[in-house]
Amino acid sequence: MSTLLAAPPGTIPAPTIEYTQLAPMMLVFGAAIVGVLVEAFAPRHLRSAVHVPLTLLSLAGAFALTILLAVDGTRNVAAMGAVAVDGPSLFIHGTILVLAFVSVLLFNERLQFVSQAASVPGSTEEEDSLEEGAVQTEVYPLALFAIGGMLLFSAANDLLAMFVGLEVMSLPLYLLCGLARRRRLLSQEAAVKYFLLGAFSSAFFLYGMALIYGFAGSVDLAKINDALGSASGRDTLLYVGAALLGVGLLFKIGAAPFQAWKPDVYQGAPTPITALMASGTLVAAFGAVLRVFWVALGNLDWDWRPVMWGVAILTMVVGAILAITQTDIKRMLAYSSIAHAGFLLTGVIATGGPAQNEEALSGILFYLVAYGFTTVGAFAVVTMVRDAGGEAGHLSRWAGLGKRSPLLAGVFAFFLLAFAGIPLTSGFFGKYAVFAAAVSGGATPLVIVGVVSSAIAAFFYVRVIVLMFFSDPAPDGPTVDVSSMGTAAVVAVAAAATVVLGVLPQPVLDLADAAAHSLFVR
Amino acid sequence: MELYAPILVLGLLAAGFAIFSVGIAPFTGPKRWNRAKLDAYECGIEPTRQPVGGGRFPLKYMITAMLFIVFDIEIIFLYPWAVAFDQLGVFGLVEMVLFILTVLVAYTYVWRRKGLDWD
Repeated sequence: MSTLLAAPPGTIPAPTIEYTQLAPMMLVFGAAIVGVLVEAFAPRHLRSAVHVPLTLLSLAGAFALTILLAVDGTRNVAAMGAVAVDGPSLFIHGTILVLAFVSVLLFNERLQFVSQAASVPGSTEEEDSLEEGAVQTEVYPLALFAIGGMLLFSAANDLLAMFVGLEVMSLPLYLLCGLARRRRLLSQEAAVKYFLLGAFSSAFFLYGMALIYGFAGSVDLAKINDALGSASGRDTLLYVGAALLGVGLLFKIGAAPFQAWKPDVYQGAPTPITALMASGTLVAAFGAVLRVFWVALGNLDWDWRPVMWGVAILTMVVGAILAITQTDIKRMLAYSSIAHAGFLLTGVIATGGPAQNEEALSGILFYLVAYGFTTVGAFAVVTMVRDAGGEAGHLSRWAGLGKRSPLLAGVFAFFLLAFAGIPLTSGFFGKYAVFAAAVSGGATPLVIVGVVSSAIAAFFYVRVIVLMFFSDPAPDGPTVDVSSMGTAAVVAVAAAATVVLGVLPQPVLDLADAAAHSLFVR
Repeated sequence: MELYAPILVLGLLAAGFAIFSVGIAPFTGPKRWNRAKLDAYECGIEPTRQPVGGGRFPLKYMITAMLFIVFDIEIIFLYPWAVAFDQLGVFGLVEMVLFILTVLVAYTYVWRRKGLDWD
């Protein structure tokens, strides 16, 4: 801003854009645009043959570029202060790209996505489109746009770029949620609910941003932090603005009392999209939460911490208790995701000196990787257990799965134990890292609530395991579909990651430590 | 705070005018009801019933509206650039070309998917 003002009249200095540092994001967005062109020009039968490699290669390429940037040691604020390229954002980008890659492997437009989104459920048009074998291949470019948005959302260094990232991430997801092949009304209901509530939360975020701008005179996160010390007499703008920003962000991570959309949307959305949302969106949203509350409002932590305490306690308790009463496997996993968001929030609260912040940040980063892999794996298993009506969602249908298909049920049981945080799984070290940071950050009561709600959560995880292994299978029970190589590979990778992070967590812990070492650039 | 007083006054004036207009209309306005007036307002055309038992109904206006938004956004960026293109130099030109290319991608998608055909 100051350089703009200082320039002589008549010339506008060209902004500098660090293209190499933004390369991962630009690759994903570029591939998404190419995907739209494929939709426009490629013949129908070739589209998915082009989309799948294009999507997977661009995500792999973006991951490679992120690794190069991380090795290169680039720590910078790129694009005139709009995008931060620092340890945490590179780590989060790598995590999002890997989780998105495995989620995209679950995509199967003939099995999970609607044949023609415009046809009314149960109509003759729908039957016709099913008969002619129409497929909605737009899901690939839409997913790429959403993933690109996640990258921008988590790395944005000013509120405006963050809002653009939030919308680019959310708009394709609203659409993707409504594209389930089976139980289409439920899926469309989920999409509408997600859209309406999401639009509300975006409005909250935007309004908060406007008030913060009124307070600080800038949307740049570092400048907002500077203004905390110098600006006085405009505290109302600051507090209301910070609260509204918080509402917008906490909605995206599904923290109570903004969690109502999560079970409906996770249940109604096509399961690969649920996997993408439960892993990628959560990681991206935590990146943004950390950036807003630690970078922009870092010096205000005495004021937001008590509120965040309440939100974290409510989120953990609501997630763990409401999960007990669920009878649908995807809804149960959604409530479990709410509880995990609460556990992660305890890490966000554990601020203090630089060393304390590093410990908390590293714990959160490790937790996000561990939880992301396990949750993608769990939803991948959900896509495989099928009966005549599509996926067998109701828990009673899962009874006796351990006798019918011991390997798959065993892997699923292992994922559930990882969610519960049993030692020798990745979930244990994730929880340990975050809770240890919270204890040293002086949030011991919060950790006690966390441990108690973990114990409550363990009850319903174990209940599913008991159901799978100790009850008799129904004669017309669901079958396990192992036809898709991609899905089988995802389950294998997720199981391997859950084991490795549980037995040998040190390399990833070191990586998270290194990423957290320099904290956020300002 | 007194900086915001004019905004507050303007808001009060606007609200007062709206309430007054809506409140006085039933008492002063003529009441000549006919079928068209009782219909739901639908962009000036005759409202169409949904086909019996669901089915498809045309969304032509939606596609037109979405195209309009695409070009609206394009104009929002093009207009300031057109005013100051000489000061923005080559960088501005290149960025503008890139931006128009992405808009063009959306446009070709609509065109290839027959969004421009009325029937």
